[in-house]
Amino acid sequence: MQKLLVKGNEAISEAAIQAGCKLFFGYPITPSNEIIEYMARRLPEVGGHMVQAESEVSSIYMLLGAAGAGERCMTGTSGCGFSLMQEGMSFLAAYELPVVIVDVARLGPALGNLDPSQGDYFQWTRGGGHGDYYNFVLAPSGVQEAADLMGLAFDLADQYRMPAVVAMDGVLGQMMEPVTFRQTDTAHLPPKTWAARGKKGGPKHDVVGYILDPVKAERSDIQRAARYDQIRATEQRWEEIALDDADLVVVSFGTAGRVARAAVREARQQGIKVGLIRPITLWPFPTNPIATALTQNAKGFMVAEMNMGQMVEDVRLAVNGRAPVYLHRNMGGSMPTTEELVARIRTLAGEVSVHA
Amino acid sequence: MMERMRLAGFGGQGIMFLGKVLAHAGMLGNKHVTWIPSYGPEMRGGTANCSVIISDVEIGEPVASRPDILVAMNEVSLRKFQPVVRPGGIIFVNSSLISGVPMRDDVTVVTVPVNDLARSAGVPGAINMVMLGAMLPYLKGVDRHLIEEAVRENVPASRQHMLDGNLAAVAVGVDAAHVPA
Amino acid sequence: MPEAAEKCVFKPTEGLTEKPLHYCPGCSHGIIHRLIAEVLEEMGQLDNTVGVGPVGCAAFCEQYFNVDWVAAAHGRAPAVATGVRRAVPDAVVFTYQGDGDLAAIGIAEAMHAAIRGEKITTIFVNNAIYGMTGGQMAPTTLIGMKTTTSPYGRKAEETGYPVDIPKLFSEIPGAAYVASGSTDSPKAVLQTKKYIRRAFETQLAGHGYSLVSVLSNCPTNWGLTPVKAMEWIRENLVPNYTMGELKVPTAAKGGEQA
Repeated sequence: MQKLLVKGNEAISEAAIQAGCKLFFGYPITPSNEIIEYMARRLPEVGGHMVQAESEVSSIYMLLGAAGAGERCMTGTSGCGFSLMQEGMSFLAAYELPVVIVDVARLGPALGNLDPSQGDYFQWTRGGGHGDYYNFVLAPSGVQEAADLMGLAFDLADQYRMPAVVAMDGVLGQMMEPVTFRQTDTAHLPPKTWAARGKKGGPKHDVVGYILDPVKAERSDIQRAARYDQIRATEQRWEEIALDDADLVVVSFGTAGRVARAAVREARQQGIKVGLIRPITLWPFPTNPIATALTQNAKGFMVAEMNMGQMVEDVRLAVNGRAPVYLHRNMGGSMPTTEELVARIRTLAGEVSVHA
Repeated sequence: MMERMRLAGFGGQGIMFLGKVLAHAGMLGNKHVTWIPSYGPEMRGGTANCSVIISDVEIGEPVASRPDILVAMNEVSLRKFQPVVRPGGIIFVNSSLISGVPMRDDVTVVTVPVNDLARSAGVPGAINMVMLGAMLPYLKGVDRHLIEEAVRENVPASRQHMLDGNLAAVAVGVDAAHVPA
Repeated sequence: MPEAAEKCVFKPTEGLTEKPLHYCPGCSHGIIHRLIAEVLEEMGQLDNTVGVGPVGCAAFCEQYFNVDWVAAAHGRAPAVATGVRRAVPDAVVFTYQGDGDLAAIGIAEAMHAAIRGEKITTIFVNNAIYGMTGGQMAPTTLIGMKTTTSPYGRKAEETGYPVDIPKLFSEIPGAAYVASGSTDSPKAVLQTKKYIRRAFETQLAGHGYSLVSVLSNCPTNWGLTPVKAMEWIRENLVPNYTMGELKVPTAAKGGEQA
């Protein structure tokens, strides 16, 4: 298949179209603009529409309407825009609607700046809006992976009837890397018999998000919680390197994760017993490889992320006191370098070996 | 082999395009490549820069924060990025616009008067391609054939008439690179 | 002597379900629901319609309309309807919104749906007060009118003036049909039904956005009997809002309009 050199933002857009996404609703915000611009050019060619909304508040509800009518649809945003969408994301979760939301995260809080950041981790993985819910969160570390995860995001959203967030950052969105677009098979997905498109002679479809009857409300929550548990058990995704004999395990995702991968390989060449877990699903969080590493040789964990320390909380929950968990953080829109990670790995590998 | 390049200059000097051609050529040669622009407000107000990495192995850091190669198309860019070039690296200096800047002695400095060369060759808008030609003899990840192929694939169909000019400018740069600076 | 053939003089519309309404006695939501349902039935569109509901007293109105439904968050119905419309280009899509939903929290979504010329119909129910939350001030509350958040009467110097939504929307080029009716008398109700029909016809003809404002009551929060509440609409709301057809599609002018 043909290899193309494209930006991350363009790769996810094309991948979405190839996954059957016909509708995009959004509002321009840097560094996500290539998505809405690509969709404006490309969707009419496949019989779809890009609607430029008056705000992200509006675009997330346009998504709700289109998803409620059973169409594959998506939006792309960043920073303040993602915050404005949180009310609607709460509704999407309650309505159990499949949509894909791309957050090309930039530095926050507030306007922050346009530099890459992983500071939206809590917002991605804790639901983000009001109420008790989760979203799928998929975190690519390169442009090819971003394209591959878009198709998966649509499929998971459809299969489990819940929103999927594709967690990018400014670097992944703006960077060009070679990409090959791959088709996925959607034949296994359930038909959307619940969609509101007009009764067409059949029964009435109501796509709503309130349950006034307390008994039914509790039953609904229990069903959704069971679905979340099932997802936690079956849908964890991660990349791992050299966990078998690793004294120290680096846990890192996205842009930081690709630097961590290079740093772990470099440290291995220097004879340090270090391994890598790169979460691909941030929710469900990959607790399984952490548990496995603990039963093997892991004596300590080093979390590298581009924020004040957010994913480190999930790693600590998974480790549950069985080993020390260290944090290497890059803030203010900065990215780790391979050299600094290798240096920190060397230091921490020494410490965990001594204390073990 | 990993070549980490920082390309910098004024907006309008074709820096981003130069980077894209380099990355595209690397891809055509089946290398791992990344290209990333400076984006956002940095893009406004005259300066532009991008990172290009061409590598035999998977690329970790996508941004060339400490480049092996710097292309400085104007003085601001040279002053900004000269300090972060790795020892033993190469700095390509657009000597049409830059003079009198003290240079580090632990790097190779290649001066190319790209504006003058492009004007003499009748392709004044293609200074980026002249610089590209001048870089070619020093690059490990791509060769002239791949670069010319990448230029062909990156000139949009609507501007096909510019293709010959761009390829001619590359040739001017290649010739200039062999003349001791 | 042959028996006289039975003649049906009335039957409930197929456009409403059999679910009993939860609205307060005398509330005009029931009238407006029925007008919409009858129009959709008469136009043969009940199987081809998606309604989008508000938050407010009518938040649960999908139980009453016998059409497909997507409920919206407070104020977001026009955005939701935009999504439905783009997903199902040949359906009839309408929003049902109150004065808080449309004129306050959702005025951006409403105006931009009109600005885009989105081919949807909005039924705007204006009773000049927030009913569901217990009688607070609305953007359409009249000057001097007492509510729980304007206990001394609405003062223009503090809260500005009531917004005349149909007049405002009639200035938007993407709004193809804008009309303003009432529910205070049988005559007004029948007139409003005609407006609703023309609004849906405007949508089906692809002319653009259509809006029908309907002046409504709130006996409970106004503290009036149902009959007095109807009189209050006539005497207070009607004089303060632009009434009638404010805008009709250029193509429909002449023949259609009286």
